[in-house]
Amino acid sequence: MIHYDKVTKVYNGGQHAVEDITLSIEPGEFVFIVGHSGAGKTTLLKMLFAEVIPTSGLVYFNSRSINDLSNSELLKMRRNIGTIFQDFRLLPTKTIYENIAFALEVAGKGDDDIKADVPHVLELVGLADKMWSFPLELSGGEQQRVAIARAIVNQPAVLIADEPTGNLDPINTHDVVEILKKINNLGTTVLLATHNRSIVDSVGKRVVTMDQGRLIRDDREGKYTL
Amino acid sequence: MSLWLNIKRVARYGLIGFIRNGFVSLAAISIMTLTLFVISGLMIFGSALNATLVQLTQKVDVKVYFTTNSTDAEITDVQKMLESLPEVASVSFMSRDDALAQFRERHKNDQLTIQALDELKDNPLGASLEVRAKQTSQYEAIAKFLSTQQSSGTIAGSSIDKVNFYQNKTAIDRLTNIIDTTRRLGTIVSIIMGLASLLIAFNTIRLAIYTSRDEIGVMNIVGASRWYVRGPFMITGILYGFVSGLIVLILLYPITLYISAPLQRFLGTFNAFAYYAGSFPIIFFVIMASGIALGALSSYLAVRRYLHT
Repeated sequence: MIHYDKVTKVYNGGQHAVEDITLSIEPGEFVFIVGHSGAGKTTLLKMLFAEVIPTSGLVYFNSRSINDLSNSELLKMRRNIGTIFQDFRLLPTKTIYENIAFALEVAGKGDDDIKADVPHVLELVGLADKMWSFPLELSGGEQQRVAIARAIVNQPAVLIADEPTGNLDPINTHDVVEILKKINNLGTTVLLATHNRSIVDSVGKRVVTMDQGRLIRDDREGKYTL
Repeated sequence: MSLWLNIKRVARYGLIGFIRNGFVSLAAISIMTLTLFVISGLMIFGSALNATLVQLTQKVDVKVYFTTNSTDAEITDVQKMLESLPEVASVSFMSRDDALAQFRERHKNDQLTIQALDELKDNPLGASLEVRAKQTSQYEAIAKFLSTQQSSGTIAGSSIDKVNFYQNKTAIDRLTNIIDTTRRLGTIVSIIMGLASLLIAFNTIRLAIYTSRDEIGVMNIVGASRWYVRGPFMITGILYGFVSGLIVLILLYPITLYISAPLQRFLGTFNAFAYYAGSFPIIFFVIMASGIALGALSSYLAVRRYLHT
């Protein structure tokens, strides 16, 4: 489903963020990408939705090279990939309802579908009562749950989570991981970049370890070993 | 998805952005209002300048005096010749009797002159033609034409007594110079002021959109098309222009009313309020079109900077 083929990314300053990585991920997998800060985890994930273009090598999504996609194909692909970030990246001037509706609108959903889907997905993440609040009126944990709701509302094939628990306390961290596990159980492939040892060890799924841009371990049922 | 649904959503988000970012909207509208004021000011200035220069131009003419024994036919011949020249705007005739009446009127308090005039048996004044050129620089050509006629020996030509252009040449030349320089300076000042205010407004909108750059990035990642990201910002920009235009058009009413009298004392015939009232459709179009185009274009360019797909 996802395949990185000898991918290298060198930024303008000559810094090698990712070096010669080959990695395959099957549909329905839950994959942790672990490593210290600056190991190249974020760059690796960003290449999947073409926010970063590899210097050399190719990234495939559903057997198609992302680099060869036209602009409209790329947008269509992005609507099929949910993204969650450490800093939530919600639209601050839109209500929670509008934030989630936006993802549905760009995917071409009609108003009736949106009216039905948004409350449903907010119920899933336990925020049905915050529908008309603005992001800044919510706590960090709540904002991250809104981001998850936005990421899954289009029922994407892949969910990318880049340090989703980095700004959260242990209780909220646990909640977010539980939601991600539930989503994975429903068939969505989950890629989760983190350096939180406890969540990696507690879930017991595939762990890809990176160090200085290189892939140094790939364990089917791994632990955090750095 | 239907185009109509997209347009509806883009318009709604544009309006929501305008209202929810109240402070940013207020700042953008303030600057755009100033910009549109400068543009309307330049329009009024240009029109005032034009009216004043036209008025000055109309004060200049060339008079052709005929000998007292010239016949009406000879004068009509010269008048027709003058009217056929492309440089000539108008030619008006003054008969001998009219000239005398005018002379008497002008000197009615000067008993000595009137007595001297009464002692003459015949009217000493000749008929004359008052020639106005389309531009002040063309008087010389007209005067030359008349001199050629005068020296050509034709009957009509020899009836010309004198042409007053050469007495007034220096004054006319100087006035032509002043008019040309003022027009050129006016154009340059207008262009510089116009460009400067456009740049300021453009930068204000860019700054307003700069605050939303992260939001644009998120929209990109969620898979929104360029127009779906850009559209609401452009609608917001258009609203800035529309509201600013409305403010300017409303405020121009009391302002032109207030400045009309002092301006008229200074410039002569030009009336700012009459210009505002009389040219309202043009002013409305220019101000609204500038505001809306400026808002839309600035937003378009500013968002483009943050669109990565």
